[in-house]
Amino acid sequence: MNRYEHSVCLDVSKCNGCTTCLKHCPTEAIRIRDKHAVIQAERCIDCGQCIRVCPNQAKKANYKKLEAMDGFRWKIALPAPSLYGQFENLGDVDYVLQGLLDIGFDDVFEVSAAAELVSAYTRRYIRQEGVKRPIISSACPAVVRLIALRFPSLYDNIMPILPPMEVAALLARERAKKDHPELRDEDIGVCFISPCPAKVSYVEQGFGSYKSGVDCVVAMKDIYFALINVMSPDKVPTPVSHSGMIGISWATSGGESSAVFNDSYLAADGIRNVIDVLDEIETGKLPHLEFIELNACEGGCVGGVLAVENPYIARTRLQSLRRYLPVSQNFLPEDEHNTIPEELLFGDKPVCRPITRLADSMVESMRRMSEIHRLCADLPGLDCGSCGAPTCRAFAEDVVRGEAATDDCVIRLCEQLKAECAELRRRRIGPVRKEKEE
Amino acid sequence: MSEEALRFHFDVDGDDFTSAGQASVQVKKLLRELGVSTDVIRRVSIAMYEGEINMVIHAGGGKADVIVDETAVTIVLTDEGPGIPNIAQAMQEGYSTAPDNVRSLGFGAGMGLPNMKRYTDHMEIESQLGQGTVITMRVDL
Repeated sequence: MNRYEHSVCLDVSKCNGCTTCLKHCPTEAIRIRDKHAVIQAERCIDCGQCIRVCPNQAKKANYKKLEAMDGFRWKIALPAPSLYGQFENLGDVDYVLQGLLDIGFDDVFEVSAAAELVSAYTRRYIRQEGVKRPIISSACPAVVRLIALRFPSLYDNIMPILPPMEVAALLARERAKKDHPELRDEDIGVCFISPCPAKVSYVEQGFGSYKSGVDCVVAMKDIYFALINVMSPDKVPTPVSHSGMIGISWATSGGESSAVFNDSYLAADGIRNVIDVLDEIETGKLPHLEFIELNACEGGCVGGVLAVENPYIARTRLQSLRRYLPVSQNFLPEDEHNTIPEELLFGDKPVCRPITRLADSMVESMRRMSEIHRLCADLPGLDCGSCGAPTCRAFAEDVVRGEAATDDCVIRLCEQLKAECAELRRRRIGPVRKEKEE
Repeated sequence: MSEEALRFHFDVDGDDFTSAGQASVQVKKLLRELGVSTDVIRRVSIAMYEGEINMVIHAGGGKADVIVDETAVTIVLTDEGPGIPNIAQAMQEGYSTAPDNVRSLGFGAGMGLPNMKRYTDHMEIESQLGQGTVITMRVDL
């Protein structure tokens, strides 16, 4: 299998090997080796939690700079709806869209507009029979990868409809080609303005055999500073915004699911809460639900690490921005068959590589587990992280896998040393006593 | 049962109702690491959860032992509670002697023992009045 390239990465020069990220990683994907953090690519889901907590700003996200768009003749911006929540006293979304045109984009296609279509298709999908329920949203790439790695039995519950960003990319290209027939495919560049490093990885990686229609993902925080330089309340924008309440609500937790018009849904945000909910679904303890919306970031996409504003403030701003908007401004053509066009579906999903199992066979897993338990009984159980693993249990697993040595446990080593010192002292004193006895 | 069977022991605390159900969560994690199928994990965790709740409600807690070998997951729940006077009656759906204070949480529907039987391949109850109860459940792999 090809190695998964992650957006979330480490600046070794800034990392002092403190154990903060180690303790916060929800998939235990980080170890400290040679005095700095190492991210295990096969376990990382790009949730950005380590970026959030690193006291030394050593964890960062790789993304493109705006200059990466220079090579394209026709540049299209796809603003994520969370972008609108970043600005103070924003009276209208159009100021942001105008700003994007002013910093050099030739066209803007709102992801919130595409989101309204995805919501409409989701309602169709829910009406279909024979679909595995509860249906889990495919919008958050960190959640999709989490399910592939840790909840393989729920993999088929993921809705196969492309996320709004991809639908926006498809529609934006279509529009460009229609309006400017002279443009060739390679002339058109689609740039997503992202609150989220997982989207960067997703675009680079594709999804199964689906190749992303986005050419370049830039960080919301970078664009933010470019935008505030050109945005002005005195400059009346050209009205181009074409999204309603539903589309803008996608930026916050609960927005996507409220648009399914069905009471039987659950929305959870924050990666730990997401894991708890998936656990409950897997055990079958939840009551019957139709739809599950899960966001790795607290508050939803507004909580992404590449956003500027506090997620709760952004949420409040979005509430007032959408207040007098129509419920939706994007509609599907009438269709009694509830069709979802083939091009808006994932052809296949990436190969699911669960990380929960200790080994490939049950016998080997059992052998390893008893070894792990034997070793755990010998470890201090402090989960101090000094060995470089997040917990004593994870350390025992590393040892059994051959990736760490028992001596890496500082506490254990310290106790051994103390015992040896005592022994040395006893030996040194030993002969004196002997003499006395004689 | 083969000699390499894995054994796990849990003390089920009878004093703290809010912690009831913790052992079944632990077992679920362990089984997942062993690569046991989701269906088996679901059945084991539901059966064990019901049994755990029963021990907390009726017997002031007890012990749970889980044995995993290559063929099955076996759960042994041992308590020193009042015992079950009429097992056939206790096995009837809807029959419950749970006190009112736990009914408000949704327990006491009389589905505990019937569910434990339904979700396992084999279940055995040994009960002595005034001495306690041992329930052995097996889910085949």
